[in-house]
Amino acid sequence: MSDTIIPHPAPPTHPILGKLSMDAIPLHEPILVATFIAVAIGGIAVLGLLTKYRLWGYLWKEWFTTVDHKRIGIMYMVLGLIMFLRGFADAIMMRLQQVMAFGGSEGYLNAHHYDQVFTAHGVIMIFFVAMPFITGLMNYIVPLQIGARDVSFPFLNNFSFWMTSAGAALTMISLFVGEYAQTGWLAYPPLSGIAYSPNVGVDYYIWGLQIAGVGTTLSGINLIVTILKLRAPGMGLMKMPVFTWTSLCSNILIVASFPILTATLALLSLDRYAGTNFFTNDLGGSPMMYVNLIWIWGHPEVYILILPLFGVFSEVTSTFSGKRLFGYTSMVYATVCITILSYIVWLHHFFTMGSGASVNSFFGITTMVISIPTGAKLFNWLFTMYRGRIRFELPMMWTIAFMLTFVIGGMTGVLLAVPPADFVLHNSLFLIAHFHNVIIGGVLFGLFAAINYWWPKAFGFKLDVFWGKVSFWCWVVGFWVAFMPLYILGLMGVTRRMRVFDDPSLQIWFAIAGVGALIIAAGIGAMLVQFAVSIWRRKELAEESGDPWDGRTLEWATSSPPPDYNFAFTPVIRDLDAWHDMKRRGHQRPLGGYRDIHMPSNTGAGIILSGICLVLGFALVWHIWWLVALSFAAVVAGAIIHTFNYKRDFDIPAATVAAVEEARTRQLAAGA
Amino acid sequence: MSAKTITADERVAFYDLDEHAHPEGHSTMLGFWIYLMSDCLIFAILFACYAVLGGSYAAGPAPKDLFDLKLIALNTAMLLFSSITYGFAVLQMQQGRVKGVQLWLAITGLFGLAFLGIELYEFHHLIEIGATPQRSAFLSAFFTLVGTHGLHVTFGIIWLVTLMVQLSKHGLIAANKRRVMCLSMFWHFLDVVWIGVFTFVYLMGVLR
Amino acid sequence: MPSNLPRFLARLRLLPLLAALPLLSGCGLVVLDPAGDVARQQGDLIVLSTVLMLLIIVPVMVLTIFFAWKYRASNRDATYKPDWDHSTQLELVIWSAPLLIIICLGAVTWVATHLLDPYRPLARTGPGQRVAAEARPLDVQVVALDWKWLFIYPEQRLATVNELALPVNRPVRFRISSSSVMNSFYVPALAGQIYAMPGMETKLHGVFDKTGDYEGFSANYSGWGFSNMRFAVKSLPAGEFDKWVAETKASAEGDLSRNAYLDLEKPSHKEPVRRFAATDPQLFDAIVNMCVEPGKMCMHDMMSVDAAGGAGIAGIGNVRQVTYDKFAARGTAEAARWSMRYVAAYCSAPVMSGDRPEPAPVSPGKLKGEGLPVPNKPARTAVNASSATRPLS
Repeated sequence: MSDTIIPHPAPPTHPILGKLSMDAIPLHEPILVATFIAVAIGGIAVLGLLTKYRLWGYLWKEWFTTVDHKRIGIMYMVLGLIMFLRGFADAIMMRLQQVMAFGGSEGYLNAHHYDQVFTAHGVIMIFFVAMPFITGLMNYIVPLQIGARDVSFPFLNNFSFWMTSAGAALTMISLFVGEYAQTGWLAYPPLSGIAYSPNVGVDYYIWGLQIAGVGTTLSGINLIVTILKLRAPGMGLMKMPVFTWTSLCSNILIVASFPILTATLALLSLDRYAGTNFFTNDLGGSPMMYVNLIWIWGHPEVYILILPLFGVFSEVTSTFSGKRLFGYTSMVYATVCITILSYIVWLHHFFTMGSGASVNSFFGITTMVISIPTGAKLFNWLFTMYRGRIRFELPMMWTIAFMLTFVIGGMTGVLLAVPPADFVLHNSLFLIAHFHNVIIGGVLFGLFAAINYWWPKAFGFKLDVFWGKVSFWCWVVGFWVAFMPLYILGLMGVTRRMRVFDDPSLQIWFAIAGVGALIIAAGIGAMLVQFAVSIWRRKELAEESGDPWDGRTLEWATSSPPPDYNFAFTPVIRDLDAWHDMKRRGHQRPLGGYRDIHMPSNTGAGIILSGICLVLGFALVWHIWWLVALSFAAVVAGAIIHTFNYKRDFDIPAATVAAVEEARTRQLAAGA
Repeated sequence: MSAKTITADERVAFYDLDEHAHPEGHSTMLGFWIYLMSDCLIFAILFACYAVLGGSYAAGPAPKDLFDLKLIALNTAMLLFSSITYGFAVLQMQQGRVKGVQLWLAITGLFGLAFLGIELYEFHHLIEIGATPQRSAFLSAFFTLVGTHGLHVTFGIIWLVTLMVQLSKHGLIAANKRRVMCLSMFWHFLDVVWIGVFTFVYLMGVLR
Repeated sequence: MPSNLPRFLARLRLLPLLAALPLLSGCGLVVLDPAGDVARQQGDLIVLSTVLMLLIIVPVMVLTIFFAWKYRASNRDATYKPDWDHSTQLELVIWSAPLLIIICLGAVTWVATHLLDPYRPLARTGPGQRVAAEARPLDVQVVALDWKWLFIYPEQRLATVNELALPVNRPVRFRISSSSVMNSFYVPALAGQIYAMPGMETKLHGVFDKTGDYEGFSANYSGWGFSNMRFAVKSLPAGEFDKWVAETKASAEGDLSRNAYLDLEKPSHKEPVRRFAATDPQLFDAIVNMCVEPGKMCMHDMMSVDAAGGAGIAGIGNVRQVTYDKFAARGTAEAARWSMRYVAAYCSAPVMSGDRPEPAPVSPGKLKGEGLPVPNKPARTAVNASSATRPLS
C-alpha cells in the first residue's frame, strides 16, 4: 500500500470558508480547466450579447418572473436541453475512456475523474434532463389540453422551475469547485457515507437533488390539482386526453415517491453531517435500508419518466393515423395499473443481495406483470394504426422507431426480472444496454416526437423536415450501434462502471459502441441545426391555422403560439377528441362578447428564493456555517415576505382580448 | 364511442360564453391537502426507519432506560390542547370575529411553544447523559423522527405568528380565511403524527 | 416522407437479426457458455425466456411494420375507418396474449428461482451427475477488501489474495462478506453473483464442470480501486488442486493472523497474488461480525445484548475511538471522527457461529421441478432456519 492511493482527502475546515480553499479548484485537471475556459468564454459572450442587445429587462420581465405555464414549460425544455449536452459530453468521455483503456493502458481519465463522470452522467440525465423535459412538456401541454388558462398555482410553478434550475446549477458548480460524487447515481452507503467518501462530492449530490426535489414535488402537486380542478366543462375524467391521463398518473407517482427520496437523502445527510447511524456499518446502522428506500423511490421514478411519453405516443399515433385512439378505456386502465404496480417491484434491483428465493420470485413476477398493461398499450397503438391513414411526419416516424426499439428494451427488461438470469446479468453492461434501450427508445424518442409535434403550437412555425430526418436516422442507427455491443459485452460477463480492461477481445465492441455514440452525437448536432434552421426560416415554415396536423385535442383549438390566456372563452367538451369533435360539428370561433380575463401576475419571488437556496446548498456543501445560517434565515424571511403580497393577479381587459382575437381572425382569414 | 351523424344545423355551444372566473384560491385546500400527504410520506419513511432500527441499541440504552412517560404525557397534552384551541379559533373565524381568532391562535401558539419547550428539555436531558443521536441507530432514528415533528411544529408556530400579523393587517378577508384553514389542517396533521409518535415510540418503547 | 418509408422499414427489420448474429457465433459469451453447472442453467434460462418472449415480440414488430406500410396515407386502397376504436374480442386478445406468456414465464421463474437459489446446496454437478449424500462441499470464505479479494480455505488452512483455485466437479460453498463497502462476488464462468456486504454474510453454491483458467471480479462499484478488483480463477483436476494446496502452503508469506488481516484490509489496489497460512478458524466469523480489531464488540454479541433490552444507561459510555488507520487511506481522518467509533467488547471470548447447520441437499430428481417442496411445509424448516441469517431485504 502506498500513499498515492489516497484518492482525495477531506479538506480541513476553516472557520469562515469552511472546507473551501484554492485546493478545491481542480487546476491539476487539464480537461476541467479547458472546459472551464470554454464555458467562461461562452458565458461571457452570452452575457455580453444580452447586455449589448439590452435583453436583461426583457428576460427578467417576460421570462424569469413569468407565471405563464407556457413560458415556464419552454424554460424547462431549455434547461433540459442544456443539461442534456453536459450529460452527453460525460457519455462521450466514458465511451472514449473505455475504448482506450486496454492492454495496460490507463486511458485518459484517472479513477477520481472517471468515477465522477459516470455518477454525474446518471444523475444529470435522470434528474436534470429527463425530469425537466417531461415536466416542461406537461407544463406546456396539460393546461391547453384541458382548456385551462394556467395551472392551479402559477407562482409555485415558477418557483418549482427555479428550484430545479438551482439544483442543476449546484450540480454544475461541482465541475469547477471541488468534486462530484464518486458513488454511482444512487450513492449506496456505506460507500457514500462520510467514512468512505469524506470529500464534498456526495454533499453536492445530496443538496443538488434535495433542492431540485422540492421543485419536482411542488410541480407534481400543482399539476395534479390543475388536472383535477381546472378541466373545461364537460370533460369528465374519462373524456380527458390520454396525455393528460398519463401526466396525472405520472404526477401522482411524483408526489407519492419524491418525498421518499427527500427523506432518504435527508437521513444520508444526517449520517454525513451529524454522525448519526442510519446507514453506517457500526453502531447498529443498516446500509441495506438505504438500498430498499432509494429503490422504493427509484422504481416509480422510471415510470414517472415513461408514462407521459406513452401519452405522447397515443396522441401522435391517433393524430397521424387520422383515427380515434383504439381502446381508450383500456389505455387508461393500463396506465393506472402501471402506476400502482410500479410500487411493488423495487426489490428487482437487488435480487443479488441475498433475499430468499420466494421473495425474489415474488418481485420478479410482479415485475413481469407490468409488461401486461405495457403490452396492451403497444397493441392499442398498433390497432390505432390499423385501418388508419398514416402520415409519416417526423412525430410519427419517432413513434414507429419507438415501438420497434422499445419492445426489445421491454423484452430484455423482463429477462432481467427473472432472478436466476439477473444473477448473471445484474450490474452488467447488458443492464446498461437495457435501461438505455427503454430510456432512449422510450423517453427520448417520445420527447423528440413531442418536440416535433408541439413545436408549431409553441412557436407558430413547423420544424425543418430535412434536418429532422437527418437527426432521426442518426439517432435510430446510432442508438443500435452504440448499445447492441453493450448487450453483447454484458453476455461476455463485462460489468458496469469499469475504467480499465484486461481482455483484448472486448475492445472491438467498445470501439463499435464508441462509433455509435458518435453517430448519436451527429444526431444531436442535426437536431440543434434543425432548431436553428427552423428559426431562421420561420417565415417559410410559419403555421397560421393553429392546427397544423389536423389535431384532435384542445390545444389545437387555439392559435399558435396561444395567447397569454390560452382561450378567450373556455371550450365546452362533448367528446373524447374534443377539438376533432368541434371541427366535425362545424366549429365557429366566437367573434365578440369578450370579457375581462383574470390572470396571475408575474413575480420575482421564485427566482430570488431559489437563488438563496442555491447559496444555502453551496454553503452546506462546503460547511460554511455562517452562510448556512444567513441564507436559511433569508429563505424563511423571503417566504414570509412573499406571503404579505396579497395582490397576485390582475385582469386582462376585454378590449385587449378583443384586439388579440381580432388579429387572430384576420390571420385565419388570410390563411384560408 | 361510436360516430354520431351530425347535421350542420345542429346547434351546439362550442364555448362557455357566460363564464365567470374561478374564485381565487379555489383549489388551494386540495393542493395543500396533497402536500400534507406527501409530508405524511416523509413521516412514514421515518417511522419505517424507526421500526427497523428501533431495536438497534448498539449495546447502549433502550427506550425504557430513557423515556419519562409522565413528561411525554404532559407534552402530548400540550399538543392535543393546542389542537382544540385551534378548533376554537376556526369557530371564531366562522363567526367572523378577528379578535377571537387572534386570541385563540395566540393560545394555540403558547401551547405549541410549551410542547417544544418540553421536547427540547427532553432532548437536552438525553444528550447530557450521553444518549446522543450518534450513540446508536435507535437513538439516530428516535431523534430524527421526533425532531422532524418538532421542526414541523416550529415552522407551524412561525406560520402562526405570521398569520396573526396578517390578520391584524387585513382582517378576515378570503385569503386570510384560507390560510387559517390551511394552517388548521397542518396543525391537526401534526397532532395526528404525534399520536403515532407517542404510541409507537414512547408507549410501545417503554412497554417493550 | 413516403419515399423514405421502405428504407426506414428495411433498416429496422434488420436490427433484431443483427442482434442475433453474435449470439449464433457464440464466441466469448461466457454468460451463455460457462464452465459450471449453475451458470449453465442460468444461461439456458436466459435463452428460454428470450424465446418465450419472442413469441409475442416478433408478431408485434412484424405487425407494426406491416400496418405502417399497409395503412400509409398514400395507399388509398386500404380500408380507412376513422371512427373505429373498440373491439371487445381484440381487447381480450391483447390483454390475454401477454398474460399467457407471463403466466408461463412466471411459472418458469418461480421454479428456477428456487432451484437456482444461491443459498441452496448443490445436489448435482452436472446433468445426471448427482452429488453423493456423504460428499462435503469445499468451503471457501470470501472477503471483499479495498480493493482486492481474500479467499480463506478453512479446511486447507490457507488463504489467498486475488487467486481462487477450485477442484473441478466438487461443489463449493462460498461464505461471503466484505470489510468496508458493498461489492459483488462474481465469477461468470462458475455461477451467478451475490453481493459481499460489510457486517453481513451471504452464501453462494457453485461447481465447475470444466477445468481451465477463468476470471472473477467485483460486479458492484466500490470506489477508487474498483476496476482492478479482479482475481484469477483456476478450475483444477482433483490431484492438481491438492498439489496447488501444498504449493500454496509451502510458499505462504506467513500466517493470516488478526494483525496480518488488519494490515491487509487497508486500501490497496492492483494487489498481486498473495498466499497465507490461515490457522485462525474464527477469523471469517470475526470479519462478518466486524470484530477483528482487538477489544471491539462483535455484532452478534451486540445483537444479543440488544435483544435483551440493551445495556442501559451504563452502556452509553462504552464507546471507543478507532485508533488504527482503517479509514485514513480513504482520506477520512478528520471528516469522519463520528464514524471512527466502535462499541467495546465486554468479554474476551465471543462464541462464534462457524458451525451453523447447513440445509441438506435436495435429491436430484427434484431438480427438474417436480416434487419441489412447497414453502411453509415442515420439510422446508431447515431452509427457513437458514434464511434467518440472510441480510435484511
